[in-house]
Amino acid sequence: MISNFKKILAASVIAATFIANPVFAAEKVKIGVISILEGAFAALGKDGIRGAELAFIETGNKAAGKDVEIIVMSSDASPDSAVNAARKLIEKDKVDIIIGPLSGSEGIALRDLSKGYQGVTFINGSSAAQDTTFRDGSDNFFRFGGDGAQWMAGVGTYSYEKLGYKKVAVVAEDYSFPYTQVLGFMSEYCKAGGRVPNKFWTPIGTKDYSSIVYAIPDDVDAIFVALGGADAVNFLTQYNQAGGNKPIIGGTITIDQSILDSKGPFKKLLVGTPAGTPTVSDFEGKEWKEFSASYAKSFPDGLSAPSIFAHHYYMAGKAALLGLEKVNGDLSNNQKAFRAVLEKLEFVTPTGGTMRLDENRNGIIDSFVTEVFEREDGTFGNRVLKVIRNVNQTMGHDAAKFKALGPVSRDNPSCP
Amino acid sequence: MKFFFIVFFNGLTLAALYFIAACGFTLIFGLMRTVNMAHGALLLLGAYVGYEVVEITGLWTVGIIAGGLTSAIVGAAIQAYILGRYQGDELRQTLITIAISIIMADLMLWAWGGLTYQISLPEMLLGGVRLPILNVGYSSVRLTLMAMAAVTGILLWLLIAKTKLGIIIRAGVDDREMLQALGFETKKIFVIVFAIGGMLTGMAGVITGSALSIAPGTDMQFLLSSLVVVIVGGMGSIGGAALGALLIGMAEQYGLAYAPTYGVVFTFVIMIAVLAIRPQGLLGRSEK
Repeated sequence: MISNFKKILAASVIAATFIANPVFAAEKVKIGVISILEGAFAALGKDGIRGAELAFIETGNKAAGKDVEIIVMSSDASPDSAVNAARKLIEKDKVDIIIGPLSGSEGIALRDLSKGYQGVTFINGSSAAQDTTFRDGSDNFFRFGGDGAQWMAGVGTYSYEKLGYKKVAVVAEDYSFPYTQVLGFMSEYCKAGGRVPNKFWTPIGTKDYSSIVYAIPDDVDAIFVALGGADAVNFLTQYNQAGGNKPIIGGTITIDQSILDSKGPFKKLLVGTPAGTPTVSDFEGKEWKEFSASYAKSFPDGLSAPSIFAHHYYMAGKAALLGLEKVNGDLSNNQKAFRAVLEKLEFVTPTGGTMRLDENRNGIIDSFVTEVFEREDGTFGNRVLKVIRNVNQTMGHDAAKFKALGPVSRDNPSCP
Repeated sequence: MKFFFIVFFNGLTLAALYFIAACGFTLIFGLMRTVNMAHGALLLLGAYVGYEVVEITGLWTVGIIAGGLTSAIVGAAIQAYILGRYQGDELRQTLITIAISIIMADLMLWAWGGLTYQISLPEMLLGGVRLPILNVGYSSVRLTLMAMAAVTGILLWLLIAKTKLGIIIRAGVDDREMLQALGFETKKIFVIVFAIGGMLTGMAGVITGSALSIAPGTDMQFLLSSLVVVIVGGMGSIGGAALGALLIGMAEQYGLAYAPTYGVVFTFVIMIAVLAIRPQGLLGRSEK
């Protein structure tokens, strides 16, 4: 037993010296990808990985002539797990770049972590809390995408003016990303004249929403639902079973393709539901058609169209590869040149817009107002009602004023 | 006031689901003192198989039976080929079941992917009925849950109180060595009880997948809820499971309704209070 233990110990020491040897590390670029591959968000997380892989497949896993090695780590939507995954990637696998994470509060945690690892560049996956970049940003944390508020651009106005909803109740998960989504919706909706008398914040992973369903007041015109994954499916089903008949307004991941592809009868309710999103499965744009086709070809077992997570991890992967190409694979001097290139990087996104960053290293994006429809083959998709180009993080407001509204929370913003 | 009663109803129906889910767990623990951490995985497996069968046959009841049978067979195999070797070594058994649950969860993620599944209900249970007095719509499937919990409870009580197997199980709970000394093949009995426990768990999975939904992670949620339910109610006691389920179901629903952010705290406050005052659980018997 003891001699066995010694052998193992000796073997590990030898192995560790080899792993730590920088001669091997210099020959290729190592990129860690963090996504959620367990629990309620597993379906979404898996699609994120597909997106990142697609970017690498396109270049044949090479950047500036160097081999690119991808190491995937799973987190579980909690900030701790994302930090642990990133630490493992940096300290054990010695990655140069980290792509991820998926979920809002994880993003804030990695942003904080990134400040302590100047030798590594973090490129956000799909996490979309406002404060990840807006307040207290980090020089080596980039987001080639928007935050949850940007993704809701146009929906508040559309709901009030076109659909005539004067009063809306909010049901959302209790963490930073839904806070940001609610901000995006309410900043327009309240300005247009709408009122939000009730907000219900529920824990992530709630299975039984029945008491929330009955707590929704009768006098609201619609419900803004910002829930993701299984949570959205559970709420919508139970609302329907209890005989609820208010129209739904969808948050970005409430009506994402992964939800529309889920198995179950609740989807018929969603036909006609408006939502705000940067990713539309049935978008007619030329670039999107190509992107979807390439996704379908590379992942026959994937979703019927790339989800928002595939889209965003793809853009993160693409940004990393383009940046590496431009600096010719040079990551020396704490990746200074690489980061300077990323800050100025511009590329055409799958939605046809031009991705570029603002001074907080946050993307200026295209966003869509969409509507759920049933396709001829009986599956469901989102179709575009309106494209809004060049949405920045302050959604067109004056930056100083927007910042003065304070960080988003359960009670901010408010217009009862 | 009306809302208060609706939440009471919600608590009751959720408790029914928790009770059905916890039955198999508490039965296995009662006889074998095995804390079956693969309980959640068996539940999810039953649910997935139930989903497939309902999709093919269109018959919900067949789905429930198929889900139950699958988990029964897997449960029996776990006991016969793995746990049986370490009978009496409870800590090792518990650790093994944790390993099994992780392996099963990954295999299921591989087979069924990460999407959320819902099992289609029969026509009869779709939609809702109007409750008298309260005059609100209420989903039929949730009302059915209560009937199912009652039936499960009564059948299990009949099994334990009135059948020969029940007598053997009760004897085994009291004194396993004596039972063995009297010439009963405990090995075989353990496998049978594990199969019954697995059956109940698998059926609970199909019911969960119909009333709520199933996705990766559901296994851990129901393992946790079952653990809390039997810790509060008393390990190994069917009545205790019912009482525990009732308390936890109520706590969750009232928590969600009146203090959604801190709702989850109530559940654990109850558990801690029980552990502090009556560690064997409300209806549990203390170890000799």
